[in-house]
Amino acid sequence: MIHARALSRTFTTRTGPVEAVRGVDLDVERGEIVGFLGPNGAGKTTTLRMLTTLLTPTSGQATVAGHDLIRDPIGVRRNIGYVAQGGVTLPEAIAGEECVDQARLYGLGKSAAAARGKELFDQLDLGGLWERKCSSLSGGQRRRLDIVIGLMHSPGLVFLDEPTTGLDPQSRANLWNHIGGLRDELGSTVFITTHYLDEADHLCDRLLVIDHGQIVASGTKEELKAGVGGDAVIVTLADPARTPDASGVMATLPGADEPVVGDGQITVHVPEGGGLLPRLLRELDAKGVELAGVEVRRPTLDDVFLSLTGRSLRDEPAA
Amino acid sequence: MNNVWRDTWLTFERQMRLSLRNPIWVALGLIQPLMYLALFGPLLKPVVANTPGLPPGDEWQVFAPGLLVQLGLFGAAFVGFGLVAEYRAGVIERQRVSPASRVSLLAGRVLRDVVVIVVQTLLLLAAAVPFGLRAPIAGVLLSLLIVAGLGAAFASLSYGCALLLKSEDALAPLLNGLAMPLLLLSGILLPMSLAPGWLRRLSDVNPLKHTVDATRSFFTGDLTSSAALWGSLATIGLVAVSLWFGARTFRRESA
Ligand SMILES: Nc1ncnc2c1ncn2[C@@H]1O[C@H](COP(=O)(O)OP(=O)(O)O)[C@@H](O)[C@H]1O
Ligand SMILES: [Mg+2]
Repeated sequence: MIHARALSRTFTTRTGPVEAVRGVDLDVERGEIVGFLGPNGAGKTTTLRMLTTLLTPTSGQATVAGHDLIRDPIGVRRNIGYVAQGGVTLPEAIAGEECVDQARLYGLGKSAAAARGKELFDQLDLGGLWERKCSSLSGGQRRRLDIVIGLMHSPGLVFLDEPTTGLDPQSRANLWNHIGGLRDELGSTVFITTHYLDEADHLCDRLLVIDHGQIVASGTKEELKAGVGGDAVIVTLADPARTPDASGVMATLPGADEPVVGDGQITVHVPEGGGLLPRLLRELDAKGVELAGVEVRRPTLDDVFLSLTGRSLRDEPAA
Repeated sequence: MNNVWRDTWLTFERQMRLSLRNPIWVALGLIQPLMYLALFGPLLKPVVANTPGLPPGDEWQVFAPGLLVQLGLFGAAFVGFGLVAEYRAGVIERQRVSPASRVSLLAGRVLRDVVVIVVQTLLLLAAAVPFGLRAPIAGVLLSLLIVAGLGAAFASLSYGCALLLKSEDALAPLLNGLAMPLLLLSGILLPMSLAPGWLRRLSDVNPLKHTVDATRSFFTGDLTSSAALWGSLATIGLVAVSLWFGARTFRRESA
């Protein structure tokens, strides 16, 4: 559905050139939900604006939904839906009219557009809001309306730019269900950008991680997490004085890295935490080290990002 | 292929619907020329009667054309602010990512502005009749065409600048800085034939001055004077350049 090679975009600004996207290669197959994960300013929106024909690449090429980005932008536009990061509705406009107006630009007739819009309103829990002013909708409702507008012409490929930013946790979870449904019920391919780890984790089959305009990793969640150096085994001692003994035991686990002590806990990373736990407990017991608790934590996407870039995504201010 | 005419019509229909939902702006646009008509127009009778060097015609035939041109300029020059608001709301990008012809997205908006200005002009002319305006119908119709052309030109310029700048803060000084000198140097309140030589030469490079002169000639029933000819040509030139600029800006891939 998307095949991009060496896509780059440099902005000229008053303070000099900004290389927002630097040679991005990406491939998305039909029926996938692919997440484009990266901190603010990484170049996600710029990449999306290039793939949706809103921005000319400085260099590189791409085929999107079967059409060449540069030679056939109209062909691309006809076959994609794009839900921009900042929303797409006029506050003073009527929700249903926004949908119909947009659909008609794709050649739909008035009544076909209204029927399609109402069907999508029902699917995305917007029933009864057809006549409402956009400014009177809640944040979650308005975001779903944005998505309806992007889906009016039944595109096979949908781009969602940070669809849940700024929503409360309940609306986010609700929207995740709907986005999952785009693929499962409507058969769309979904390309979604996010700087939320839980969102990427929950929604996406496959992830591309972008930082400073370059793809730094790609793969399934499992592949990415497996690349991080394994599970964390975290041990809390009943008597902190036994820390050196416990660390010594943990360091001898097969494949273990250097144990880290902090907050009354000792942490070590091993390839398969669950399988090693009985052995660890036996050896600690043999040394007479008493435990207050033990925990095995699977790597998170944040660990992935941390190991790739040396920075945590969680430190990023939301914007 | 998307049809340019259909896309233009769809855009026009949408913009018109949004305007009609808030007709207060259409009314507000009329208030300024109506105030000139009522509070300034009556001052002109003794001036026109006692001043040599004026073009032919009574005070309303001299003054009403100026008000019409002012309406064409000010009714259209600031429409770009609405486009900045639409841009900020994400509507422009949403339309630009559709297969609709990008020139249609401009043309439909300009068409809405022209229709609004023509309606305002008709209302203004109707209001001027009780004050004493008398003018031949053919001249009035030609003047309406001129005003519609001005509206199209300035709306297109305003939208083009708005799409380039995307910010009210940058747009306001630019549009004010253009509209005010254009207005003052067009002789809409008093004809430039009264101006000292340097001011008249300055006004000669202003297409609006020729437009006003042409409209005055139309209002006195002289449809073929050289003023009528030059003013019509100036207006056509202005329309062509402005539409070209607007269309180019809207078509640019990353505007
Ligand atoms: N129109 C623009 N002009 C100049 N710089 C831009 C423009 N758009 C984006 N940038 C810069 O490009 C970089 C990437 O931005 P963006 O693609 O919006 O990141 P993201 O969506 O990942 O947060 C940022 O440094 C941003 O400031
Ligand atoms: Mg972004």
